[in-house]
Amino acid sequence: MRRILIKDHVQEIQLIKNRAIIGLVLMFLLIFCLIGRLAYLQLAKNDLYTTLSKKNWLDLVPVEPTRGLIFDRNGVVLAENIPIFSLDVVPDKIDNMAMLLSQITKIIPLTDLEIAQFQKQLKEHRRFDEIPLKMRLTEDEVATFADHQYQFPGVIVKARLMRHYPFGDSFTHVLGYVGRINPQELDEIDVANYSASNYIGKTGIEKFYEDELHGTVGYEQVENDASGEPVRVLNRIKSVPGQNVYLTLDSKLQQAVEKALDGHRGAVVAIQPSTGQILAMVSEPTYDPNIFVTGVSTQDYKTLQDSLDRPLYDRALRGLYPLGSTIKPYYALQGLNTGIIDEHFSIQDPGWFQLKNSDHIFHDHKKYGHGIVNVSKAIITSCDTFFYELASRMGIERMDQILNQFGFGQLSGVDLEDELPGNVATPEWKRRVKGMNWFPGDTINAGIGQGFMQATPLQLAQGVATLANRGVRITPHLLLAQQEPGKAMMSESVTTPYKITLNNNHYWDIVITAMQDVIRSDSGTGYRFGRDAPYTVAAKTGTVQVIRKTNYENDHENQDNWPERLRDHSVFIAFAPVENPQIALAIIVENSNQASVIARKIFDYYLVGPQTLNAPAPTDKTQDTNHDIIEGTPYDVQ
Amino acid sequence: MTFSDILKQKFSNERSRSIWQSLHIDVPLLLALILLVLLGLLILYSASGQNKDIVQQQGIRFGIAAAVMFVFAQIPPRTYQFWALPLYLIGLVLLVAVLIVGHMGNGAPRWLNLGFFKFQPSELMKLAIPMFLAWHFHKIHLPLKIRSVIFAGIIIFVPAILAAKQPDLGTGVILMVAGLSVLFLAGLSFRFMAILTFIIACCTPILWFFMHNYQRQRVLTFLNPEKDPLGNGYHIIQSKIAIGSGGMFGKGWLNGTQSHLHFLPERATDFIFAVSGEEFGFVGSSILILLFMIIIARGLVITINAQDTFTRLLAGGLTLTFFFSFFINMGMVTGILPVVGVPLPLISYGGSSIVTMMASFGILMSIQTHRKLLGT
Repeated sequence: MRRILIKDHVQEIQLIKNRAIIGLVLMFLLIFCLIGRLAYLQLAKNDLYTTLSKKNWLDLVPVEPTRGLIFDRNGVVLAENIPIFSLDVVPDKIDNMAMLLSQITKIIPLTDLEIAQFQKQLKEHRRFDEIPLKMRLTEDEVATFADHQYQFPGVIVKARLMRHYPFGDSFTHVLGYVGRINPQELDEIDVANYSASNYIGKTGIEKFYEDELHGTVGYEQVENDASGEPVRVLNRIKSVPGQNVYLTLDSKLQQAVEKALDGHRGAVVAIQPSTGQILAMVSEPTYDPNIFVTGVSTQDYKTLQDSLDRPLYDRALRGLYPLGSTIKPYYALQGLNTGIIDEHFSIQDPGWFQLKNSDHIFHDHKKYGHGIVNVSKAIITSCDTFFYELASRMGIERMDQILNQFGFGQLSGVDLEDELPGNVATPEWKRRVKGMNWFPGDTINAGIGQGFMQATPLQLAQGVATLANRGVRITPHLLLAQQEPGKAMMSESVTTPYKITLNNNHYWDIVITAMQDVIRSDSGTGYRFGRDAPYTVAAKTGTVQVIRKTNYENDHENQDNWPERLRDHSVFIAFAPVENPQIALAIIVENSNQASVIARKIFDYYLVGPQTLNAPAPTDKTQDTNHDIIEGTPYDVQ
Repeated sequence: MTFSDILKQKFSNERSRSIWQSLHIDVPLLLALILLVLLGLLILYSASGQNKDIVQQQGIRFGIAAAVMFVFAQIPPRTYQFWALPLYLIGLVLLVAVLIVGHMGNGAPRWLNLGFFKFQPSELMKLAIPMFLAWHFHKIHLPLKIRSVIFAGIIIFVPAILAAKQPDLGTGVILMVAGLSVLFLAGLSFRFMAILTFIIACCTPILWFFMHNYQRQRVLTFLNPEKDPLGNGYHIIQSKIAIGSGGMFGKGWLNGTQSHLHFLPERATDFIFAVSGEEFGFVGSSILILLFMIIIARGLVITINAQDTFTRLLAGGLTLTFFFSFFINMGMVTGILPVVGVPLPLISYGGSSIVTMMASFGILMSIQTHRKLLGT
């Protein structure tokens, strides 16, 4: 047995040795084939491949896909491609660039901006790319240049499509704009697919739906003559145009909102509660996106950037504001739902609130109080004392819980880039960010929407839409449908990230009825909206202080003499009609008390008809006839 | 003994060889590797568009890989023998795990995130398959019986197909080559090989069924690249132009127009051989191949010197795998093999395959330097 094993072992070693040698021979044969192949390519066929390589870069010409159009919900074009002629230069074919530019200027005037932009592009592109020198040539300029073409080899007039936004500054923040591809973006995109493209979405919808809008590059294989000019197209792969995108926006409503804002700084977001579709999204002031398409001058950009009004800043998506008194309906709901209060619970409001073991007095906006106040009256008159009391009983944890359920402190998931989540103030947050402990007084302050909590107008609108839906939270979105060329439209589906269920659905009725009374009751804070609307509205007003008033005795109703930028912001959330909500609205107007007046104009336009926008504002009249109330309860003072 | 005698003894050829021996480093293999890696970095610098960061990163990877090689060289072959089965089983479990919870990397789930680093189980398999088969054949005694050939077939094809489904056809092919190399060295009969070839030919339609769409496209493109010059045939046409236009001595370092005008795709990774072909020509390509063959030759010497069946099969298997890795790559870049996505070992830009490759050289060095020296 043992002998056989040893014999096997020797045999084994011999076997492997043999196989290793066979392997070596095999490998040499394969390597011989490889070297043969190299010799064939590099020695025998060298001439052929050298020729192919020399004319290679002219062989394949990429073709830019047509960018998809953007429409509003009714098919009105918001972003289109208009045909223009541009003057393009291929640097590789130019010997003396400075001389060329000066010669061209004699025929077609070039601005300093155009030359500066061209020089910048020159650095960022390859030498054999066509670089636009002047966009939007007039017909005369095209004709003039055609006469002089022979003097300028390497300079061509090219027909191309340019992005254009027909509504100018009306949709800037939400639509965004396209611009030239910069080096950072070049790192993130599929360079081959953009080899013919001049533009890429920079912000807004144009950026978020870049992949859909852009399309797929095409190629032409071109045969060239000796001088490098294309003679004929041998082969063609068509470019695939980008998809058309239909937005949920209503361009007429959007413009009506802008008109209603009437030059005030602020933001408005209108949502269809049942679907989460955003009907209008306005941030004022704004700017014309078309100047960014051809490239904005440093000077113009600086002006926009340095403006005190901050037109570049999208207040609707990124503006962070305290909720002020518009937070009260949510806390009222939570108070009822947790059983801390019921609808009959009431307090005697002396006009102030004080915590046990504390000297600090929290004032109501009405100096001598609202008398006996239950939860409905507290919402209607925006009674601060009631909500101080409620906050002290509920505690910050339960207060934050309801805000989270309504979507505050988290991204809404809207289809736009760079949304801000705001924040719901928790003791943990305060420790982490401010490095301070949470005091009982912080909870009391939070009870009237003051303190550390911040939300965007978009979140405010989502919150009030969720109220209108009685707890069904739907992701607000802008995409209605998208359409591939030659195919049917694809509609977007609705997503419901959360559903709030209360122990008793009657709580919704209590809060929503009180919000209705904010508008229709004599003591309601929504008197500026007017009590004569031909539809039912549920609303809540709010005020946000810009500066802390050192002297409480100040006359807060009359800020007309104050410097404009120190005046309070006004906040307004509402939905209508109450029985079948069609539109939910959030408005923030900076340094002005006009939020409810503006809301009335928008609701009238949407629910009654366009003619109301031109009629004299009903609010003026209301204000006069209810003068006594103005003195009593106009502001939430914190 | 005089002092000079001691010195003489200390620095004699015999003595210095044993210093390397005690470090478990095989000097000829090490020198050939250093030469190849340096040449590779030079080519990469050009292929990456003179990107110093990429070259530096690659250098760091080689540093790590060299450390791994050194560690692997210290482990005696007996330990590898002991770990052959567990290593294979672990690798198999991880491969399945990657299919289930795979992390996204390179657009396809090939990675397993172990928290502190990302790990490609198919790389482990490149070592585990030959190790397991060598261990198995060592145990059962040669020559092979039909039963053990079928067993070996299963051992090879299960992980290879798993890797190919990941989807990484290239790694799947390499795993198959690694296993078949050991099988070949273990004396798979030529008659059987003929039958196997026949079966594979018959299985092609089934294999076709299992392939991803893009993998099928690659095979079709290989059969006729000119049919689709702008799409899938583009890689191979541009690569042939690059190599062919290189001529006898090449266009010179950093002067390849194909590569620098961005016509050659994946020029720093799978198609890097085309860059060296364009810039260094026929002579340069041949020198590169010669360097690879020196390493192969050394591997075969180590194989023949090895003292038992396990080490012999393992050394031979790893050497043959290395050969096929670079041969398949060069074959696909020059258009005599289909494009299956195999990088050029030690030259292409990329991480984990470098470490595996150097680890396998560590194992070769271990086999060479742990021999028990018998008196002659």
